[in-house]
Amino acid sequence: MLCFKLAWRFVIARKRPMFLSLAGIVFGVSFFVVTQAQTSGFEKFFIQTILGTNGALRISDRFQDTYGTVEQVDDDGDVRFLFHSREGSLYHEGVDQPSLIRDALADYPELMGVSEIMEGSAVLDTGFRRKSVVLNGIRWEDHLQSSDLNKQIIQGTINNFSSDQMGVILGSRISQRLGLKIGDRVSLVGGTGNLHLRVSAIFESGVSQIDKNRIYIHLITARSFLGSSHGGSVFQIALNEPSHAPGLAAQLQSALNHRVVSWQERERVWLDVFKALRFSSAITVSCILLLSGLGMFNVFAILVIEKTRDIAILRSMGFSRTDISAIFLWQGTIVLVAGITIGSLFAASGTYFISMIPLRIRGIFSTDSFVVNWDLNHYLWASCIAFVFVAVATWIPARRAARIEPAKIIRETL
Amino acid sequence: MDFSQKNKMMPNGSMRVENLFHSFSEANGTVQVLNGVSLEAKPGEITSIAGPSGCGKSTLLYLMGLLDRPDSGKVFMGDSEVQNLEDDERTKARNHFIGFVFQFHFLIKELSAIENISLPLLKLGKDEDSANQKANDLLSELGLESKAQRPAYKLSGGEQQRVAIARALANSPKYFLLMNQRGIWTVQIQKVYSNCLNVWLSKLVYRSYL
Repeated sequence: MLCFKLAWRFVIARKRPMFLSLAGIVFGVSFFVVTQAQTSGFEKFFIQTILGTNGALRISDRFQDTYGTVEQVDDDGDVRFLFHSREGSLYHEGVDQPSLIRDALADYPELMGVSEIMEGSAVLDTGFRRKSVVLNGIRWEDHLQSSDLNKQIIQGTINNFSSDQMGVILGSRISQRLGLKIGDRVSLVGGTGNLHLRVSAIFESGVSQIDKNRIYIHLITARSFLGSSHGGSVFQIALNEPSHAPGLAAQLQSALNHRVVSWQERERVWLDVFKALRFSSAITVSCILLLSGLGMFNVFAILVIEKTRDIAILRSMGFSRTDISAIFLWQGTIVLVAGITIGSLFAASGTYFISMIPLRIRGIFSTDSFVVNWDLNHYLWASCIAFVFVAVATWIPARRAARIEPAKIIRETL
Repeated sequence: MDFSQKNKMMPNGSMRVENLFHSFSEANGTVQVLNGVSLEAKPGEITSIAGPSGCGKSTLLYLMGLLDRPDSGKVFMGDSEVQNLEDDERTKARNHFIGFVFQFHFLIKELSAIENISLPLLKLGKDEDSANQKANDLLSELGLESKAQRPAYKLSGGEQQRVAIARALANSPKYFLLMNQRGIWTVQIQKVYSNCLNVWLSKLVYRSYL
């Protein structure tokens, strides 16, 4: 405690250099947290969007492994060496036996929702304009369990759709392009013929590729329209714990003999982009902390030089080398704790302020303001990085201070 | 020798040095400062070491005060040989048994007069109240009670020297090492210094001082 008190007095006696050291840590910590809150905020929002739109897992084509045989035959015709090997897979489009797959999936408690989807292509025709679309035939109750469709509806309601067998939910960009609104009638052309649908709702996922191409109709209507009475569909699955998707995908693929793709594999490109952004911003901002650490090292190195005489006197009074080190390490700790505390407050205020800035983004997700992620881990990481730099910046001068020989200093001072 | 508890191993008797040798390495060779010095400072006596500048008086005191280690020879505190003690033991011994007054006051300028005096007491393990009480008593006896809270750097030269003497006496040291280089002292400081010592030596004459 005595060492802490002395450290405190030394710190407050050197306001200017200590303030500069403190400012470096404050800015480093706050910038780190704010940049991480933004990049991870957008990443998290993107993941929420894709999970809410396409689910955590998708079960699609059935495959059949194909095997080859290698054998060595003697001159006399005897087979001496033989083994079978898997050579590849033969894929059959869509799920052949949806009811069997659904039964099999019931054994997995990790699944939060399973939606069977009949996918196909068609053309929407309003009489004035036509647009090709990707139709998704769904059982609306199941699909709401495995997606955020209900939240994505911006006009109309899911009840309009559920109560109308010929109802259609349009992507927002499709409705804009074709000038359609709730209750309008539209023809679906393709498949086995024409289908007359009524617009029940309009959804916006934020993913432009989906919003300008996708429509939802009832599964039974889709099957009838596409002329596929049972197979050919895909399954969209929501998980209680989406991060477990890759492991579960491998497990399901092996068990069901159907191709199962996790959201991480499906969206790898974008996830890698976000990851790269997050790391690069972390590295950039860590440089601020590194520079403040270097500044702090400079301050403490000078402080040790300035305090050599005091160190010698303290040693002559009975302060040990450890005490002397402790006095300098406590000074670093005081600046560090103050820097982290003030920096965290700045970071929280900055994050809140940034989340209020209007920013319209459509394309990979839909937002009208900066998306931030409030995560305690960002504060912990910033604190850890600041700790490492400050520890090094103070430990080296503290060690030097502890090595000072009092007799030599006193002799040289006289 | 265990100095972890002051009363447990209080050295009794004189401080002795036997056949001390000490040298310094310098750019142009080694300078031999002490050549087989021996002396004994007995309890209750004032032992004075006088000599021309550079003859090794301060070096001898640093060795006796465990601030430095001799090249060879022995230093005794009572019956205990102390020159080869580990650094931590030497540090404890300085805190428990030795009071230094250097040629300059060497106060810590960030602290007040009373805080400077309290430091060795707090290091000894005294609580803050009793350390402050003792420091106040010392300041009163040296006529500085009104300057107790004044920062060290705002005290006059004479006041600073008195505070330095009070600090050296705070832990009631067994051995009191004073360095007096009159050439660099003002007449006023010398007077203050002599007065302080007279007050203290009259009270503490039963102890061993150097």
